[in-house]
Amino acid sequence: MTSASRKKYRMGKLGRKNTLIAYSFLAPNFIGFAIFTLIPVILSVVMSFTEWKGGALSTMQWVGGDNYASIFSSAKVSGKMAELGFFGGLDYFFNKVDLGIALKNTVFYTVVTVPLSLVCAVTLALVLNKAVKGAVAFRAIFFFPYVASMVAICVCWNFMLMKNGPVNQLLMAFGSTFNKSWTADSTMAMWAIVLVSVWRNMGYYMVIYLAALQGIPRELYEAATVDGANRWKQFLHVTLPQLRPTTFFASIMLIIGCFKIYDTVAIMTNGGPGRATKMLVIYIYQEAFTNFHYGVASAIAMVLLLVVLLVTVIQFSMEDRYANN
Amino acid sequence: MTKVKTRNTGFSFGRLVIYILLIALSIFTLIPFVWMISASLKLDREVFTFPMKWIPETFHWENYSTIWTKVPMLTYFKNTAIIALSVTLIQTLTSSFAAYAFAKLTFKGRDVLFLCYIGTIAVPWQAYMLPQFILMRSMGLYDRLEAIMVLQAFSAFGVFLMRQFYQNIPSDLCEAARIDGLSEYGIWARIMLPLSTAAIATLVIFTFVGTWNDYMGPMIYLTREENKTIQVGLRRFIQENSSDYHLIMAASVVSLVPVSVVFLALQRYFIEGIATSGLKG
Repeated sequence: MTSASRKKYRMGKLGRKNTLIAYSFLAPNFIGFAIFTLIPVILSVVMSFTEWKGGALSTMQWVGGDNYASIFSSAKVSGKMAELGFFGGLDYFFNKVDLGIALKNTVFYTVVTVPLSLVCAVTLALVLNKAVKGAVAFRAIFFFPYVASMVAICVCWNFMLMKNGPVNQLLMAFGSTFNKSWTADSTMAMWAIVLVSVWRNMGYYMVIYLAALQGIPRELYEAATVDGANRWKQFLHVTLPQLRPTTFFASIMLIIGCFKIYDTVAIMTNGGPGRATKMLVIYIYQEAFTNFHYGVASAIAMVLLLVVLLVTVIQFSMEDRYANN
Repeated sequence: MTKVKTRNTGFSFGRLVIYILLIALSIFTLIPFVWMISASLKLDREVFTFPMKWIPETFHWENYSTIWTKVPMLTYFKNTAIIALSVTLIQTLTSSFAAYAFAKLTFKGRDVLFLCYIGTIAVPWQAYMLPQFILMRSMGLYDRLEAIMVLQAFSAFGVFLMRQFYQNIPSDLCEAARIDGLSEYGIWARIMLPLSTAAIATLVIFTFVGTWNDYMGPMIYLTREENKTIQVGLRRFIQENSSDYHLIMAASVVSLVPVSVVFLALQRYFIEGIATSGLKG
């Protein structure tokens, strides 16, 4: 008994010492992390309920849900709903209200970019997974756009997609009559951004798919061959199902990345023409750093945060399901 | 047997299709870079001709000397290098230090603290960049290179990546070292650090390239000409000389050179790093 209690006492002392040592390991990172990440994250929630145009802190005012009411333009939208019915109100929200337009654009961009990037990435990975000569060189080529800086890339694509640029010249050779700069056209501007995004994403996700392909046990293919499955059937019934967890992971990463898009849009179109490519982060940036509506900008940031958290929660719950299967 | 083998690796319709596909996709991937280089060697009025010429009639190498007189590229490069190197150094050191505590030490509040880190990985930077900006400005960091350093250097991602790696190192190793009288700091320096070179290489590469290419951070924080990084500086040059297509492309090519060199030298680590960690999208 006595030795046990003495041991406990000594453990306690040792534990305290260990804790101190552990904190000394953590401190250099945690202090920076707390000041520059943790506190701002908490503040951003608080700020979305206040009104502040910079200046002295004492001028910051608690306004409750006013910022949210203003970005959702709730008075006008509910007015339209009363007047034109529920869908009339929604129509007004997604076509006239800034937040609605930004949400619509971001979702459209995401819905188009994610599958296209995945298909290109899988194709590249499948082709490279065959024993081809120069596989390492090809892999490096496809990956390169991912490390190249966005400013240089986006400007170059902007030029290539100009009125007299090489892309339009090529399309004209195939009989297209489109004769405008892509980024000046309200429909094509969005596709210009999708094009650049897919072009840049595909090499990165190709690498992830290549790793997954190499992890598929050979026995599965051998068994399929014994069962008389041809190449196409093997692809359909062995490769694709085996790639499912990777596809799921890649989709989640891509969706989150798409919702955070800023650089490409800022450099190529800056949200234009009109509001045709206005995305959530562009909207946050404009409200915060052009109009100095700090509270409103924080409220939009919360909308972005909610969407990303929702996607992450779905990821975690689905991952559990994969783990259980 | 050998005959069959040579037929498989030799010429066949399937392989031809694969190579055609590969080459077509490579062209699609590389064409912007080729066009960029081609345009950078032309005169501005030659850039958009019909039909377009891929190889300039005469190579105007002087475009590359002109940009150095028109844009303070050297200052931009210097600033970007200072930021990228310091961020990489601070990030790698402090992350691996903190990760050791999370992976190999037991202490009060470990799980709660780690949850804080994990929780913020899911929070997009754009959601809290504004309060962060206000906080930094009140600390007098606005328009200073240090702002971008502290902004990037303490990311939760680094700690997470290193912790995952450290957890795979057997705890028995640390235990044996403790019995041999090595302090925790000694264990970190002499056992964990040498064993985690692969993880460190991944973290170093991604931090360096990420910081080098960062656009939004420097754009918000750095306004004085002498503080601008290459991305923001290039953007300003583009806005002010929007019709000097040839010079813009020359400056773009130059801005890509450092990252291309790093990539070509370390591409194996890039690709292995993504394949093993699969993170940072």
